[in-house]
Amino acid sequence: MTTAVYCAFCGKEEADGDHAFCRQRLSMIDPPRYCPECARRMVVQVTPDGWTARCSRHGETASAR
Amino acid sequence: MTAAPEQIDVLDEAREQVLERGVGLTEAQVLKVLELPEDRIPELLALAHEVRERWCGPEVEVEGIVSLKTGGCPEDCHFCSQSGQFPSPVRSAWLDIPGLVRAARQTRDTGATEFCIVAAVRGPDKRLLSQVRDGIKAIRADGNDIQIACSLGMLTQEQVDELVAMGVHRYNHNLETARSHFPEVVTTHSWEERWDTLRMIRDAGMEVCCGGIIGMGETLAQRAEFAVQLAELEPDEVPLNFLIPNPGTPYENYPVVEGAEALRTVGAFRLALPRTILRFAGGRELTFGDLGAKQGMLGGINAIIVGNYLTNLGRPAQQDLDMLEELSMPIKALSQTL
Ligand code: SF4
Ligand SMILES: [Zn+2]
Ligand SMILES: [Zn+2]
Repeated sequence: MTTAVYCAFCGKEEADGDHAFCRQRLSMIDPPRYCPECARRMVVQVTPDGWTARCSRHGETASAR
Repeated sequence: MTAAPEQIDVLDEAREQVLERGVGLTEAQVLKVLELPEDRIPELLALAHEVRERWCGPEVEVEGIVSLKTGGCPEDCHFCSQSGQFPSPVRSAWLDIPGLVRAARQTRDTGATEFCIVAAVRGPDKRLLSQVRDGIKAIRADGNDIQIACSLGMLTQEQVDELVAMGVHRYNHNLETARSHFPEVVTTHSWEERWDTLRMIRDAGMEVCCGGIIGMGETLAQRAEFAVQLAELEPDEVPLNFLIPNPGTPYENYPVVEGAEALRTVGAFRLALPRTILRFAGGRELTFGDLGAKQGMLGGINAIIVGNYLTNLGRPAQQDLDMLEELSMPIKALSQTL
């Protein structure tokens, strides 16, 4: 497990600035858009009961559901 | 302060006109409803609920939607994270046929009777239509009898006919906002072009699903204008969305519509469209939270999208199904729609 360096909502560094709003959106209505490891924009597919997000460098992650 | 005797209260008018006679409110009346003080909202919602029960019945229509082709759209709808014209983080993606079949099955498993296949395009090309055709065949081959709707942008007559031949029973194409406000929201096509597609759909015998988004900088008067323009179209369904200010879009910093204002809008739209399927669509999570969703269901709404949306997530379908059970609202069955 690698630690998240970048915010999955806004793509900026987690250590840089306030991401409270980003976290709120991610907890409510948004799938991740940026790879937490490299901040690349991911290819995201939302389906009725989940999502998958693929970084060209770091592979695919999926929702827990 | 008491009202002058000749001033008839708009909710009294609505009770006689909409509830008793089934005649939707006029633009001026809708505007009055949208301007009601906050303490009258419960009364408005109670009336809207009565209207919905009288003219639509107790059932709730449940639908699931999925994005077949995401992002990269050439149009510039200012609210849309899928437009290729803005620096939105949404990247292009295509769902494959097995993924589409799975999405349809997930939707059917919730008890939903509607499954809408959506693509972010100006209009469909040959590749997209053949993908839809193959997808529908595969969904049927999976033993799934859910009704299939599509939302693929503006259509030609030939494309309308093709969709009818594929067994698509309903088509979604939103007018999005009042005619007078549309040029502020979209510059790459016109409200009239959307209207033309809607007419073709209607004439071909498909059900018309047409709604829009509240909270895009329109005035209350324009909201009222939009409600009656929809009524003029006589759509079978109106999906009501509340703006999700998405990063990178021109509306990213717009405020989320407040709960009270959103509820007023729900009630007003029901009173303008007494017989239409009025669906809670995107943005309700942000605007209402869980409590407001219930108030909306008791305020004129009689349909919901369950599960996730196209690029945003909804709350888990089960949470909405539990809510309907708690409200003792039966889910419309497939047999009732045939
Ligand atoms: S046409 Fe549809 S997908 Fe394209 S920008 Fe407009 S709303 Fe978004
Ligand atoms: Zn962030
Ligand atoms: Zn990465």
